Amino acid sequence: MNDDARLGMVVAGSLSEGVAVRLDAKASVEDVVVGRYVTIRGKSRRFLGMITDVKLDSSDQRMTFSPPDPSDTFSAEVLSGTSAYGLLTVTPYLVIGGDAKTVVEGPQPVKTIPSHFSPVGLSSDADIELVFGKEDDKHFYIGNPLDMETKLCLDLPEFVKRSNGIFGKSGTGKTFLTRILLIGMLQKSACVNLVFDMHSEYGWSGTTETKGHEVKGLKQLFSSQVAIFALDEETARRRKVSVDFIVKIGFDEIEPKDLVLLKETLNLSDIAVEASYRLYQHFHKDWVTDILKLSDEDSENLTKELNIPSMSLDNLRRGLSQIKRQGFMTERVDQKAVDQILGYLQRGTNVVLEFGRYTEITSYILVANLLTRRIYDRYRERTETALADGTAHPTPLVITIEEAHKFLNPEVSSQTIFGTIAREMRKYNCTLLVIDQRPSGIDTEVMSQLGTKITCLLDNERDIDSVLAGISGKNELKGVLAKLAAKQQALIFGHAVPMPVAFSPREYGSKESYKGFASHERSQKDVVQDIEELWR
Amino acid sequence: MKTQSERLGEIIEVSTTGFTAQCYELYELPPLGSLVKTTEGDIELYAVVYQATTEGLEPGRKPIARGKDEASEEAIFQSSPQLAKLLRSEFSALVVGHKDGDKILQYLPPRPARIHSFVHACMPGEIKAFSQAFGFLNILVNAELETPSDELIAAVLRLMSTMHEDSRAFLVGTGKELAALLGQDYAKLKAVLERIKP
Repeated sequence: MNDDARLGMVVAGSLSEGVAVRLDAKASVEDVVVGRYVTIRGKSRRFLGMITDVKLDSSDQRMTFSPPDPSDTFSAEVLSGTSAYGLLTVTPYLVIGGDAKTVVEGPQPVKTIPSHFSPVGLSSDADIELVFGKEDDKHFYIGNPLDMETKLCLDLPEFVKRSNGIFGKSGTGKTFLTRILLIGMLQKSACVNLVFDMHSEYGWSGTTETKGHEVKGLKQLFSSQVAIFALDEETARRRKVSVDFIVKIGFDEIEPKDLVLLKETLNLSDIAVEASYRLYQHFHKDWVTDILKLSDEDSENLTKELNIPSMSLDNLRRGLSQIKRQGFMTERVDQKAVDQILGYLQRGTNVVLEFGRYTEITSYILVANLLTRRIYDRYRERTETALADGTAHPTPLVITIEEAHKFLNPEVSSQTIFGTIAREMRKYNCTLLVIDQRPSGIDTEVMSQLGTKITCLLDNERDIDSVLAGISGKNELKGVLAKLAAKQQALIFGHAVPMPVAFSPREYGSKESYKGFASHERSQKDVVQDIEELWR
Repeated sequence: MKTQSERLGEIIEVSTTGFTAQCYELYELPPLGSLVKTTEGDIELYAVVYQATTEGLEPGRKPIARGKDEASEEAIFQSSPQLAKLLRSEFSALVVGHKDGDKILQYLPPRPARIHSFVHACMPGEIKAFSQAFGFLNILVNAELETPSDELIAAVLRLMSTMHEDSRAFLVGTGKELAALLGQDYAKLKAVLERIKP
């Protein structure tokens, strides 16, 4: 630790509440921010921790009653750092060195705290690199730790092993962060993505909020690896998106299970949903068309026959006709969207499904749920076959959903496919990337199953609590989270990172940034080209 | 600048923590807070002046007012020249360190000085060398003297600071040391700081 980086020394603390670090007179409180990393040099090992609180303290209470005169710079200079000093709370997370195990396996979680008077300094780039790894074929550069030049890298194969969440108030940079992560997954994680792109922001160009200028989408940057499916042909054509497939959904593809999620948005009663199962048994595949075709007389007979209250049947019919009115619904389709999507996914192509003008939540829930249920079933079958025959498992699939609280709220999460995926995790090689602005609306059980959480600024107490639920040092991180900048700062913690870290995501949107993203792809192409030329 | 240190007086009372010396000339007193030195064998003792008195030679006899018919104060001494011999000036100093060989040690010496030892004023170079470390401040802070310790500390530091090129830096450094020593006594610390403010 060089003298420039030195901040102070450990004066008190506990493992549960973090260590108190008294700032040196030289170090100014104003230069120390929560969320920054510090290295504490203990006697035999180094501790890596995060600053979670900054406090001003004085050795004598009377100083607060009669402070020195404001014009008296001399007294202020003498007193600052001595009788009046800054106190940091540092939560130690990792320990480096010390015994053979840490030398072999790298940084370990802390089980003790550094001894008294251990010097504390800002973490060096080398320390951060040791913890988070260097940019390589597994590690993807996602941003820089706050106030640091070091590249923060995320182990993406590890990241996609669990379901993950991105949270933050609206306008805090969730979309940009998601774009970066999608690119990362596309390049380095050996998985395929299925993105339910509600606002058509990921596949083709989107806009930045502040400058209003266009940023490129995945398809524009990695055309060979991404396929765009569109629900709304017209809008896509107008936006000049190169669409690979127009998604239409046949009435016969809708099953009663798909209605459960729509209960709220379609205003369906419990009994109406219950009745749909009986009607499905009665009419089989074409139940939607058949029910909507029923004459008054037929429906009266039907209610008697199946013992369904006529009010509920009316309720259900109103709901179904609302679905039928959606532009992407048709009587029957020749090419099922599910098969197309699975085909692309199987070939390792990532699929972005753009919703175009169908941005209302009913269409989103209906389509996302309907497709995911079938894709998940297929994945499950294939994984089970693979397990039985000892053949290759299907490529891991990451499904990205927005407005996740609509799918994963406590009332419906146990019944929807997304709840199942979040809970069963990667057993069937299928995980979720959940994007949401109100994490408190998501079932706590689902939240607890999310492996890695990345959160931008949240200011609602309940949202903060739900995001941080169950992690150690929650109260300390709360302070860090609440103090993130409103834009382009985020906190990442959980399965894929050895310790929580506040960071500013890497740039996305400028020409240089695209080059940075593309470098990996190009180098692979170059290799192929070189080989070809070699054998020519 | 003087090269030879000035002899101030002779010790007439001594203890482990300090001594009292009588000046050879009436009113030839060193200033409050100045650094003086004396010797005990090979050891040089450093002390700071904290008290000065002038009184009659005989303890029981108080001086009487004599100037009623004189035109000026000097005229009193001119008309009664014996007065200069009947009065004496004394000063008391607190031992704050010693020098053993080349080493300046800022704690009490093993033995006190002796009666009739000469007391000299310290040279600027000596004061500067002595004030490189701030250990003496602890003795000053903890001494129980008739002179209020905040006044004494401030006087010592003011005098010492003039010997340093960067007197402000010296005062800030000693101020910080004092802040550590007087952590529990902000009122006293504030009083000292106000008195040494450059």
